[in-house]
Amino acid sequence: MVQRNRIVANLDWVTILLWLLMISFGWMNIYSANIMEAHGGIFDFSQRFGKQLIWIGASLLLAMLMLVLDAKFYIYFSYLLYIVLLGVLLGVLVFGKEINGARSWFIIGGFQLQPSEFAKPITALALANLLTSHNYNIRRFWHLIKAFAIIAAPPMLILLQPDLGSVLVYSAFLLVLFREGFSSNIMMMLAALGLLFFTTLLLEKALLLLILFSITLILSMIIARSFKKGAVNAAIVAALFGILFGVNYLLQTEFSLFVLGLAALTPVAVIITINGFRLREYVQMKILAGLLISILFIISVDFAMNNVLKPHQQHRIYVTLGIEDDPQGVGYNVNQSKIAIGSGGFSGKGYLNGTQTKLHFVPEQSTDFIFCTVGEEWGFLGTSFVILLYVGFLLRIIVLAERQRSSFSRIFGYGFISIILIHFIVNVGMTIGLLPVIGIPLPFFSYGGSSLWTFTMFLFIFLRLDASRLELLR
Amino acid sequence: MNQYRDRRYVFAAAIILVGLLFMIRLFHIQVMDNSYEQYALSNAQSVRTIYPARGLIYDRTGKIMVYNKAAYDIMVIPRQLETFDTTELCAILKITRESARERLSSAKSYSYRVPSVFMKQVSYENAALLQEKMFQFPGLYVQTRTLREYTSPIASHALGYVGEVDQDHLDKDPYYQMGDYIGVSGVEKAYEEYLRGQKGKDIFLKDVHNQAIESYEEGKLDVSVEVGKNLTTTLDMELQAYGEELMSHYVGSVVALEPKSGEVLALVSAPSYSPDLLVGRSLGVEFGKLATDTLNPLFNRALMAQYPPGSTFKTIMGLIGLQEKVITKKTEHHCYYGFYVGNIHTACHLHETPLNLIEAIQNSCNTYFINVLKSILQDVKFASAAEAYDNWRQHLLSMGFAQSLGIELTNELNGNIPTSDYFNRIYGENHWNYLTIRSLAIGQGELLATPLQMANMAATIANRGYYITPHLISEIEGEESIDEAYAKKHYTSIDTSCYGPIVDGMDLVINGGAGSTARNAKIEGITVCGKTGTAENPHGNDHSIFIAFAPKINPKIAIAVYVENQGFGTTYAAPIASLMIEKYLTGEVKRTWYENWVKQLIQPVAPARKKDSIVNDTLQNN
Ligand SMILES: [Zn+2]
Repeated sequence: MVQRNRIVANLDWVTILLWLLMISFGWMNIYSANIMEAHGGIFDFSQRFGKQLIWIGASLLLAMLMLVLDAKFYIYFSYLLYIVLLGVLLGVLVFGKEINGARSWFIIGGFQLQPSEFAKPITALALANLLTSHNYNIRRFWHLIKAFAIIAAPPMLILLQPDLGSVLVYSAFLLVLFREGFSSNIMMMLAALGLLFFTTLLLEKALLLLILFSITLILSMIIARSFKKGAVNAAIVAALFGILFGVNYLLQTEFSLFVLGLAALTPVAVIITINGFRLREYVQMKILAGLLISILFIISVDFAMNNVLKPHQQHRIYVTLGIEDDPQGVGYNVNQSKIAIGSGGFSGKGYLNGTQTKLHFVPEQSTDFIFCTVGEEWGFLGTSFVILLYVGFLLRIIVLAERQRSSFSRIFGYGFISIILIHFIVNVGMTIGLLPVIGIPLPFFSYGGSSLWTFTMFLFIFLRLDASRLELLR
Repeated sequence: MNQYRDRRYVFAAAIILVGLLFMIRLFHIQVMDNSYEQYALSNAQSVRTIYPARGLIYDRTGKIMVYNKAAYDIMVIPRQLETFDTTELCAILKITRESARERLSSAKSYSYRVPSVFMKQVSYENAALLQEKMFQFPGLYVQTRTLREYTSPIASHALGYVGEVDQDHLDKDPYYQMGDYIGVSGVEKAYEEYLRGQKGKDIFLKDVHNQAIESYEEGKLDVSVEVGKNLTTTLDMELQAYGEELMSHYVGSVVALEPKSGEVLALVSAPSYSPDLLVGRSLGVEFGKLATDTLNPLFNRALMAQYPPGSTFKTIMGLIGLQEKVITKKTEHHCYYGFYVGNIHTACHLHETPLNLIEAIQNSCNTYFINVLKSILQDVKFASAAEAYDNWRQHLLSMGFAQSLGIELTNELNGNIPTSDYFNRIYGENHWNYLTIRSLAIGQGELLATPLQMANMAATIANRGYYITPHLISEIEGEESIDEAYAKKHYTSIDTSCYGPIVDGMDLVINGGAGSTARNAKIEGITVCGKTGTAENPHGNDHSIFIAFAPKINPKIAIAVYVENQGFGTTYAAPIASLMIEKYLTGEVKRTWYENWVKQLIQPVAPARKKDSIVNDTLQNN
């Protein structure tokens, strides 16, 4: 009992208050999105708001269960849980029920459960366990690979089901590695590749090549502190390109500008490489290598877009990036979502008075698009409130994570922060038309037991660890 | 690991940045940009249009001429389409899958949100069948509309037709929506705003499946449907039908007016077509056929054909002469087979000589009226022939010539009376006189008038000096009166007293015994006054003309008949006018032999032929 009291005393009630605010405001909006005059009261369990009440009640029990367990339990059993998880994920692939084209559900007693949701906190536990294991050094290559493996295994299994959202979510665990000392150069490189990925989709390949070549040229001029060499190289490339372009035109062959550009670049690249070895100009060679890697990346992204992704996936990405327009098809959701939120104005249409969400113009208005109901009925005041709630919540968790004596607790906390953050960014970004429509829920708001339980468990495991923050757990 | 502690600030900064970014974006779409509110409204509102029945059209005796039948259009809202069994749909509508696909894609290219017609006018059975199974075809619905139906296949030119609204009207008038019907010509067009009524609008809040959820704003913004106003035309169905029957073998026109009111009793343009042809789905095909017909049945000759008035114009010459006091009814002129000055010669036919004004009209003497023109143009009141001519022309304008009279139908043409400037340009100033333009005196030359203007002229003489703008509608349901313009008396610049001798002459034309040019228009017991004419036709046989009114005292009908390519007015135009008058005044035609002759059931005695003319003038004007 003494220990129990200590836990209660050490619990962070600010976070719990914010959590309660989120789930109750979330439920109010689910109620509004589903209310029809014909329905019974709020305890009409045939309706989503009724079911959500059950999920909320159950999640309160789950929260208590998480708090009752000993903090060490999470550390000792993290690997075991992780292995069981992988088994379950494999199982769902074989025995799961297909919903909306994704075989990622178990049906238990009339309720649907999505095991890939529960994978998130378990992966965070396993990752924390790995990073705190004896002699672990994130700067060592093989150690880093192990971390990658733990992060990547669940989404790899999930990837076998067509669930893009989960994959994106797991990439957020890289942020945890960053906090724990993962090279910021590599982080930046990954960010640069991400940028290059989008520009590849957005720009003509030939134009992109020109831009990359110009950047490389300018960099090499700055490093060599010489204008002459760079200018000569540029002139050679330009001349070669001109000749190739002319020949292509005269012979009426159909090489694209990108291919012609690559051909024009090749001799110069070879000369620089040879000179680089001869004169030991390694910096210049590094810059050249950067250019080559970028070109290879462009080609592979292009190849992946056209040959690996299914047409509807390509289309969805293109619509999101504004390359293709399709207000009736894929763009319809985003469009309706923006209309619902935009029509809310400054103070909203009033609770239960939204038309767009209630009349089902917004798809999935109680799950992935719950933010629309907030936007329509509560206006800018409501949406700002939700955003500030999230920002406050996340900042509070950072404070909690940083006050841990145990690295394990901190790492787990950052795992939670990263996962909530990516959900928040992707979900809200999607509803306001900043990001592609990737179906992931808004934590604590969206309808659905799996996600609510997952995030609640995730949060309360962390709060349990936080309650023992003064102990050196690991 | 605490060496990386500062990286928490990167997290904090990123979280705050994301929050800020989202709030800026939300501020933009929620507070700054108001367009989303409009989108939301149009999203959730469903406007169900209720089409009113078009107003009915009655004839002057209260018999129904035009009414409505129900038609069922299959409409589609592409956005609401879901995949369904096209095979079944095609089977019900009896169309091919390709056709269905084409219809859908054309609807999509018009609009995803606004309904467009998927298939026009399906049968009642098909519509009922489809209505039953409608739940299987989300995005489609049946729209009930009305189509025109006619009790008798007559008066197509006057009534006009109803067709699908064109882009021009869609742009100009927000009342209309793609696929709506609108009066395209005739009365249907002129009285569109009364006939169409008011489309009803029920505004619903609807969900994404277009299911009506509730009435929007408790129905405050709904528009209740108003049935179109019924119209009463001035047409006499029986007279109209009779006129069309008589003219069925000819090309030409008959216009009959009630003189004291300007009401059009019959408006015949031959060849005609049944108004049934230009209804609904068959409209396109039939219109094409009619448009390519060499006799041009779509051409409304009553209002658009412009012919010389021929000898009927001599009545007007007499009126102007009397008004200008350059002649009296006693003025006599000699005529020996024509008019001769030097080597100028206009032929006339054999008649007694000399003739006074009344006799000259009775005998239709060319010489006499060339002399009247001479007196008018050489009138000492005027400084020059041109000035006198312009005065003469003014009189004609006061009688409604050289202008559209203003009947409701918009395609009316002006006719022509040349100005003095016209002759100045051709002959040079002061280089022309009555001799130069003498053919005008006998209604030829540059003079042009429409059959409607000629009937109006007959009505003006019948009224002894005024006319009321001819019109086709006498009553609009729910309106106190029709347009004031159709009640106003237009007095001519000729005194009432001048009309007496002219009317007497027109009486003698028919009832004068020997020397009368249209004895065959005589009706026992009714004093018909008339005047024959022949319009020169450079393209073929001359046109036969007759104007008349009856009875002489308190006239009830004034009529103008043009029969193209049938020679002298006496031959066909006069009998047709006479039969029409008989029909209208007595309600039946007793002279069936005469009727049969006009209808060419009996071969005409003297087939019309082109007369040789001398110095381009008519040899003979009966
Ligand atoms: Zn004569």
